[in-house]
Amino acid sequence: MTDLTLTPNIEGPDDFYAELLAAHEGLSFEESNAFNARLLLILANHIGDRAVLARALEAAHRPTPETNT
Amino acid sequence: MSKIFETPLYPYTRSADQDAATPVRHPVVVVGAGPVGLAAAMEMATQGIRVVVLDDNDRVSFGSRAICFAKRPLEILDRLGCGREMVEKGVSWNRGRVFFDEREVYNFDLLPEQGHQFPAFINLQQYYFEQFAVDRVRQMQAEGAPIELRGENKVDSVTDRGDHVALRVNTPEGPYELEADWLVACDGAGSPIRAMMGLDFVGRVFEDNFLIADVVMKADFPTERWFWFDPPFNRGQSALLHKQPDDVWRIDLQLGWDIDKEEEKKPENVVPRLQQMLGDDVEFELEWISIYTFQCRRMEKFRHNRVIFAGDAAHQVSPFGARGANSGLQDTDNLGWKLGLVIEGKAPAALLDSYDVERIHGADENILNSTRSTDFITPKSDMSRLLRDAVLDLSEHYEFARPLVNSGRLSVPCTYDGSPLNGPDGLVGPDRTRPGSPCPDAPVGNGYLLPRLGGRFTLMTIDAEAPATFEEAGLSVDHVALSADDDPTGALRERYLGDHGRAVYLIRPDQHVAARAETFEEDTFRAALRRAIGKE
Repeated sequence: MTDLTLTPNIEGPDDFYAELLAAHEGLSFEESNAFNARLLLILANHIGDRAVLARALEAAHRPTPETNT
Repeated sequence: MSKIFETPLYPYTRSADQDAATPVRHPVVVVGAGPVGLAAAMEMATQGIRVVVLDDNDRVSFGSRAICFAKRPLEILDRLGCGREMVEKGVSWNRGRVFFDEREVYNFDLLPEQGHQFPAFINLQQYYFEQFAVDRVRQMQAEGAPIELRGENKVDSVTDRGDHVALRVNTPEGPYELEADWLVACDGAGSPIRAMMGLDFVGRVFEDNFLIADVVMKADFPTERWFWFDPPFNRGQSALLHKQPDDVWRIDLQLGWDIDKEEEKKPENVVPRLQQMLGDDVEFELEWISIYTFQCRRMEKFRHNRVIFAGDAAHQVSPFGARGANSGLQDTDNLGWKLGLVIEGKAPAALLDSYDVERIHGADENILNSTRSTDFITPKSDMSRLLRDAVLDLSEHYEFARPLVNSGRLSVPCTYDGSPLNGPDGLVGPDRTRPGSPCPDAPVGNGYLLPRLGGRFTLMTIDAEAPATFEEAGLSVDHVALSADDDPTGALRERYLGDHGRAVYLIRPDQHVAARAETFEEDTFRAALRRAIGKE
């Protein structure tokens, strides 16, 4: 089992963020929300590991002080 | 303090050209005596080429304006002879703090790489920059450099005559005519030369206003860059605090789009806002207030036959990342030696087209970076804002989100990948010194590497053989021979050798790598030199 990664892990963070914003370009707020929902389900499936997903839910819900990966 | 703005630095005096029966021809005329125009003039004068600078004013610019100068431009200024003065006066900083709402979410150390003569950044008001540059010009003149500064000389018309450019210049004593083999337009974002030539300047307008205030205060804020997203004293907007020399602090406040600029600029509206930002007990004085909007745009081409645009006249970026004046100085660094070789008849005029290729590459990189910063600071939609705020919230607790926070990606020089001037890369060496790269500095002997390079083509060898004199296409190439013994910190090895025991680099006058190999192969380096001057 792997732990939830909370240290930088995306190569080219600015490129990624620009792509994320571009993906929302032209969508209404509702469409953007729906897009985000689909995106998170796709990513969750990619991760697969239930323990990691549980940890991610917790992290997003209640940010806690720095935890190690 | 106010004296520097009021004292004419290059007051109008009558030039002999104004009394000439026929218009006098000069090899190079530079329009604009801001940081970029002054650097362009110094580039020409260091090569012994006569240059006249025309400016419609006669003194430094008012207000702090460009304040953040990066290492690469400081290295360029050092080559021109005034980099150290700027560093001595400037304020060096490494730490940045990011605030969101009422709290500090994180702080970071820029941790500049060791082994460089110049710091990653200094903060210095543009008026000091201009003062030091003019001082250097005066010093060069005293040493006999053919450089002339003409204040209150305003260009009224510009005509491309094919083999030269004709100018009409207005002065307090009336107009006169002047001719230039080459005209370098460094006349700012609103470039009158560009307008007179009817040239395009397209790009993206950002619907936002920023208030800049220079504030004089004796405060014990540390020498750091503080950036606020959505602070209580400027709700829904951003703010920036930066230290400059002489207890002057630069404050940028984002104001939004639908505002009354005149109303916002009134001290009675500015002061309470700043008081809230700085704290009730801080005493300060307002030195300068300005409101600006910005655009990210560039000309389609920077070279138009014999008129060449540089700096903001050619490209404009948002201020986040300090990519305006810094990139302008890289323009003239790139242009200077090429124009010099063309004027001396040692390179074809087509070499100047590589200025377009290389500096448009640089401008596009700067525009991309500053556009992204602006999109983060000023989200364009509700979802952009939601994502942005999520990044900031997460950044307080999770390290992973911090690289996504974008309050400006600070200026670094670009590598001219794919440039037609690049020669072969015959070394599987460090990526950062591949052909097209700006040479990274390194401690060498008792000093530094960069002062030993630049201004001329140079063959740099590290524990490799090469002839002491090397001539090709009418150019004689300097030889800087180094060895492992000159490398006290190992930085030279790390930056130029990698896993190799030796290397040969051909380095351009602007300290960019033209070609490299493990050993000196004569034919390869002769071809690389011809290629680097547009002859292949």
